[in-house]
Amino acid sequence: MDFDLTPEQQALRQLARDFAQKEIAPVAAEYDEREEFPLPVFRKLGEVGILGMVFPPEYGGGGSDLLSLAIVTEELSVVDVPVGVSESVNGMVGSIITFFGTQQQKEEWLRPLGKGRILCSFGLTEPGAGSDSMALSTRADLEDGNWVINGTKSFITHAGTPMSGLIIIAAVTGGSKERKEISCILVPNGTPGYNLARPYRKVGWRSSDTREISFADCTVPESNLVGQRGKGFHQFMTVLDWGRIGIGAVAVGLARGCLELSLQHAQNRVQFGVTLCKHQAIQFKLAEMATNVEAARMMVHKAAYLQTVGRPFVKESSMAKLFASEVAVKTAEEGVQIHGGYGYIEEYPIARLYRNSKILTIGEGTSEVQKMVIARQLGC
Amino acid sequence: MNIVVCIKQVPDTAAEKKLNADLRLERTGIENIPNPFDEYAIEEALKVKEAKGGTVTALCMAPETGKEALRKAIAMGVEKAVLVTDPKLTGSDAWATSYVLSQAIKKLEFDLVLFGMQSTDATTGLVASGVAEFLGLPQHTYTGKLDVGDGQVTSQRQTEGGYDVVNSSTPAVVAVVKGINEPRYPSLKGIMQAKRTEITVWSLSDIGVDPSEVGTAGAKEKVVSFSPREPRKGGQVVQDEGDAATKIAEFLTFKKVL
Amino acid sequence: MSEIWAFIEQDKGEPKKISLEMATLAKRLADQSGATAAAVIMGPGAKAAAEKLGGYGIAKAYAKDDSKYGDYVITPQAHLLANLIREKKPSLVLVGSTTTGRDIASRAAAKLKLGILANVVDVGMDGGKVRVVAPAFGGNIEVTSQLVNQETEIVTVRPNAVMPAKTTAQIQVEEIAGDVGAESLLAKITERMSQETGAVPLEEAQFIIAGGRGLGGEDAFKMLFDLASALGGAVGASRAAVDAGWISYPHQVGQTGKTVKPVVYIACGISGAIQHKVGMQTSDVIVAINKNADAPIFQFADFGVVGDLFQVVPKLTDEVKKIRK
Repeated sequence: MDFDLTPEQQALRQLARDFAQKEIAPVAAEYDEREEFPLPVFRKLGEVGILGMVFPPEYGGGGSDLLSLAIVTEELSVVDVPVGVSESVNGMVGSIITFFGTQQQKEEWLRPLGKGRILCSFGLTEPGAGSDSMALSTRADLEDGNWVINGTKSFITHAGTPMSGLIIIAAVTGGSKERKEISCILVPNGTPGYNLARPYRKVGWRSSDTREISFADCTVPESNLVGQRGKGFHQFMTVLDWGRIGIGAVAVGLARGCLELSLQHAQNRVQFGVTLCKHQAIQFKLAEMATNVEAARMMVHKAAYLQTVGRPFVKESSMAKLFASEVAVKTAEEGVQIHGGYGYIEEYPIARLYRNSKILTIGEGTSEVQKMVIARQLGC
Repeated sequence: MNIVVCIKQVPDTAAEKKLNADLRLERTGIENIPNPFDEYAIEEALKVKEAKGGTVTALCMAPETGKEALRKAIAMGVEKAVLVTDPKLTGSDAWATSYVLSQAIKKLEFDLVLFGMQSTDATTGLVASGVAEFLGLPQHTYTGKLDVGDGQVTSQRQTEGGYDVVNSSTPAVVAVVKGINEPRYPSLKGIMQAKRTEITVWSLSDIGVDPSEVGTAGAKEKVVSFSPREPRKGGQVVQDEGDAATKIAEFLTFKKVL
Repeated sequence: MSEIWAFIEQDKGEPKKISLEMATLAKRLADQSGATAAAVIMGPGAKAAAEKLGGYGIAKAYAKDDSKYGDYVITPQAHLLANLIREKKPSLVLVGSTTTGRDIASRAAAKLKLGILANVVDVGMDGGKVRVVAPAFGGNIEVTSQLVNQETEIVTVRPNAVMPAKTTAQIQVEEIAGDVGAESLLAKITERMSQETGAVPLEEAQFIIAGGRGLGGEDAFKMLFDLASALGGAVGASRAAVDAGWISYPHQVGQTGKTVKPVVYIACGISGAIQHKVGMQTSDVIVAINKNADAPIFQFADFGVVGDLFQVVPKLTDEVKKIRK
């Protein structure tokens, strides 16, 4: 069993870390306050090859594996979670085309994705279909060689940025109420009938572009079907397992960021004549935080490793997401506690990390859903 | 326009103790990192190559770990890499470093030899001049701007009050200052390329260097003692009786900072 | 009788301040060891500069008043120096650690296959041998070293290691007989440009003067800018001053501002609570001026003044200008 990263993975990690420090850290708080998508950052991420890292090299991508994506995502998330989230989601969704797309779809979309010029979005969740994703009701009806799409999707990440290129949605394409036929359809940004609502005003992830979107007789060619008709749900679930590992990596990054900030604060703040670090209560908190970060990362890496070697990884990815996201929430809370009153002031980065933490146990499959998945994997 | 860029590995001297990615306390002075000043030299070499054509080779004198610094250079776009390594090189001073590098450079094709301005450990800014002397070449040190023409090179050499414009024929040795350019990130493709590029490894016998002249055996200086900086505590405090300004000035002079 | 040399940089017959420091150091070490202090000077104006060194206790000067030693970069001076060392065999050559000095010393040492001790802050004699102290590892450690088996020792010395000391001596100026050939004329200076240096960015400033609540208002910061200008440094501020609107946020030093590591940090009217301390505590030298003797900053400042900053700061600016002249 080899726990070491390869030299390439180490170099990638260093690149992501240097990039995050130089390009993201100086502007993260500002974009959060303005609730604005950091376009220049993403353009540079594209230029450096990080945004397109998991896409096939023959289309200009980096050909990196999921473990490498997890490593990079963690480093970006230490500094700014929204950037890590988009990095992860983009890689996950784009892979639907890599795995299931037609040659024409690959030609048209994998190149700009691989070169990091565009972002793709994931359209599963609806106002009436969250954890119960099978309750989705967006329809795509085949008429005269075109799909005509009607419906609404909610909580969609980075669909409305200047870099947003396309969305892949899950839609009902037939079947009955008891047995819905669900398929994946690709809708390019700018298609008439594909409407973007205003971004939500969120508690955290404020520089992340999150919107409700809707389709009103939105028409796309029949060839925009991705993969097999009727296999949409199965295809989405495949990449969702990927996405869980990615969000797990985001959570590890956030938790690590909280730990680093808290450690720094504890080493400097003096109360009762000594630094906080000398008080056992604080030492114990930091020790627990560090232990949890280490454990969470190992789980994320193991799940990624299993995927990379082609072994089943559904249970492990759910466990990793469940554990890492809960660690992130706990660690953020403890981080604020260690900062005392200062942790409640926006000027202190820990406050932003605290706000950014809560949604991690909800998005990409709530903790409750993860437990359902794990229980099923156990044989219940 | 073929270019050799000399790079170095230095101890990581971050004054702040921080955790590294493995949640381990970074131990000062023990981990090696690529010399931060060398990035500017690598970038300048790549820019010249992109404008004039040619090949860029990175050269590093180091133990086996020097390969990391070379791989980073390859990831930035350098095509070839050479590591000069030999256990007998341990403890080499600036003189030996200049000599060894020169012997290695003689085996390569070059029009320019590039250096960063200095390294973050003790020997500051001597090696470029030493190499220039051993190779008998013009030196363009403290270069803030570099212009390469046909068979000649012009640089802006930084001075206290501005800069001097310096011109010479090639081949020449150039040492660039921090800030001469904005070093590019290693690209993802570059990182993968670094894995595939073979690094040439030379020992002292490959470059015709007598071991007795380098390393601790050949060292022309020796350390007598060293002491760590004292931890900061409060110094003297005086009441101003109209003379405080003078006292401050005296203190700063005494500390050799004014 | 052995000789200790000071390598002199000069501009149109006027020795540079660091070279006066080298001369003073050479004289001091020569007196300690019973040697003769001498100077080496090259380039147009060399003879005129040499005459001035008598005022610093130098008895002998080797001068070459030839334009090629000013027109060509480094190599002619290095080669001429090397030839002179080979001929006269001084025991020690002191070179000011400027960009030019380091290059010349290094190139000459390479030519002579001699070792060199660079960038030292202190030079002493120990049983007839030179012993130097230099910072290493980012300033965290001070190292004491010696050269081994060298007939001539070459040392480059940092600025401000010594104060130039005036003492009269009759100086005998000798023209350097040798010359360098065309093979040393490798890189020519075609133009000399002077430039207005812009404001120093806070993170790179060697000197930072910072103001806090004690300044009382925006106007008071002009005083700090004057001192910063005299020192060639930058102005910083505590959060209190920024929040009060007396100076803009980019100047803020501290936990929620910038972290700086200048050579000198002068904190004026700043209490030194941890939120500020974190941003500047690794400065080489910290000076504090505050009217409250209980201010926490006095617990970690290297030099503290309990007093009225409105009195002390302008006077300090004057002192600095006097010294810098």
